[in-house]
Amino acid sequence: MHSSLLVVDWFFLLEKLIMIIAIVSVSLVIAMYETYFERKIAAYLQDRRGPNRAGPFGLLQPLADGLKLFMKEEIIPNTPNKFLFILGPCLAMLTAMMTSAVIPWGGTIDVFGRPVSLQIADINIGILFIFGVVSMGVYGIMIGGWASNNKFSLLAALRGASQVISYELPMGLSLIALLFITGSLKMSAIVGGQLDQLYNITYQPLGFLIFFICALAECNRTPFDLPEAENELNFGYHQEYSSMKLGFYLFAEYINMFISSVVMATLFFGGYDIPFVNDAALGQSIGANWLAVLEAISLIGKVAIFIFTFMWIRWTIPRFRYDQLMNLGWKGLIPLSLINMLITAAVVLWLKK
Amino acid sequence: MQSLTSRAKQVDRSPMTVVERLYLWNIFKGMWITLKHFFRKKPTIHYPEEKRPFSPVFRGLHILNRDEEGRERCTACGLCAVACPAEAITMEAAERVSGEENKYREEKYAARYEINMLRCIFCGLCEEACPKDAIYLSETFAPANYQRKGFIYGKDDLLIPHPKENPEEYQKAVGSRAKAPANA
Ligand code: SF4
Ligand code: SF4
Repeated sequence: MHSSLLVVDWFFLLEKLIMIIAIVSVSLVIAMYETYFERKIAAYLQDRRGPNRAGPFGLLQPLADGLKLFMKEEIIPNTPNKFLFILGPCLAMLTAMMTSAVIPWGGTIDVFGRPVSLQIADINIGILFIFGVVSMGVYGIMIGGWASNNKFSLLAALRGASQVISYELPMGLSLIALLFITGSLKMSAIVGGQLDQLYNITYQPLGFLIFFICALAECNRTPFDLPEAENELNFGYHQEYSSMKLGFYLFAEYINMFISSVVMATLFFGGYDIPFVNDAALGQSIGANWLAVLEAISLIGKVAIFIFTFMWIRWTIPRFRYDQLMNLGWKGLIPLSLINMLITAAVVLWLKK
Repeated sequence: MQSLTSRAKQVDRSPMTVVERLYLWNIFKGMWITLKHFFRKKPTIHYPEEKRPFSPVFRGLHILNRDEEGRERCTACGLCAVACPAEAITMEAAERVSGEENKYREEKYAARYEINMLRCIFCGLCEEACPKDAIYLSETFAPANYQRKGFIYGKDDLLIPHPKENPEEYQKAVGSRAKAPANA
């Protein structure tokens, strides 16, 4: 295999291509069904039944919704920035999808004698990459709101952008405390440190709480869904969008929710580690490939719990007022995460001594 | 201040306690409540598959009655139309000619009898006004229609199936609260 570099490269390309296609389509399908479960869970929390007409248990509802969005008239407002107007939703979608590149979806599998790791790119700055991409998500909001040529959209975009930016700070700070413990920015190393060990949540409960709240804010989920606020601020920055461009924005949000659940599961809940089971021993008995499948299922299970919690919170809590939101972010979460960081640093130093 | 009713409540304006200001605890309480609702039995009735039973005095679509031999009871006296507060009933009378005795019970009958279901308020006054027990309100309601004119029910929509020629349909239309066969 090492006789020719070219051959190895082709294998590598093919492997990564397949991984990318698989992960993108899985995220899309999951985002699609998130809309279904959002409606179902909302209904059940409100003593209703939710969509149950399209297909068995209404399972075809997302398809019907998608079809509806496709069939709607595409309206581009009279704006000088037609290109930006289209770029906005594309950017939102792009940034939502890109984060999945550095997430380890499972251990290493064995394809025809070649070890293939279930991760698109195991770069050594994994977390920084995620942060970089997430902060690009602001551009989707800003550009969309700006190009709409509508004052309300612009205001909503400003609101959304300032929210996302101010919640990125405590998010990063809470992660720094986590990085003190793991000692690596590499996603695979972070998961590897948790395999068959105590999960990071046990060392960083406060950090997790802060991260979770910030994740809610980053995904524009209630109680932080001021950027859209569909019922009183008439839909915020995507007010002028129609048809599939609106669909892209909404879809990007659901993908974001999925990805941030995955990130939380990876950073704080052991990633693809199967809880209460010794993964290594299990791998010995059933083989690496089956182990990887089980691990991926366990990761998806953890993610499902997070997504359920996201939705559960959405249908329980009313949204914050804007000043409350800013107060919580700047006066509540940032000092709290700083304290958390300092304490963690002190403890880490003290234990090392 | 003396309160006017016993239901007056003092508004609590004391500053929030630490637990309240943390907000988190109250969020958990709220989430616990919604979680309980999640597992609660849903009161929804799946309409086309499941139907709510109507009360025995429900006033639904009208039915024009026939007597035991299947003759139409209505004599086109117009009392129902007069009684109708919504002016939903119109009719045209015709005289029975010989040979039609098996079709119409009285010498005068309604050649055309229409009820506009969009006007009707289902008060049942027509049923009460009728001296011949010819009209009564059944247990169904008017189904949806694409056109307004579909809601103007003519005689073919209103007449009960023939009790001799079509006894099953007749029984179904009579339903659970058939009047004892009138001998008036
Ligand atoms: S039910 Fe009342 S409103 Fe309807 S036709 Fe009879 S009298 Fe008129
Ligand atoms: S339905 Fe009764 S009240 Fe009305 S016209 Fe016929 S007989 Fe007279």
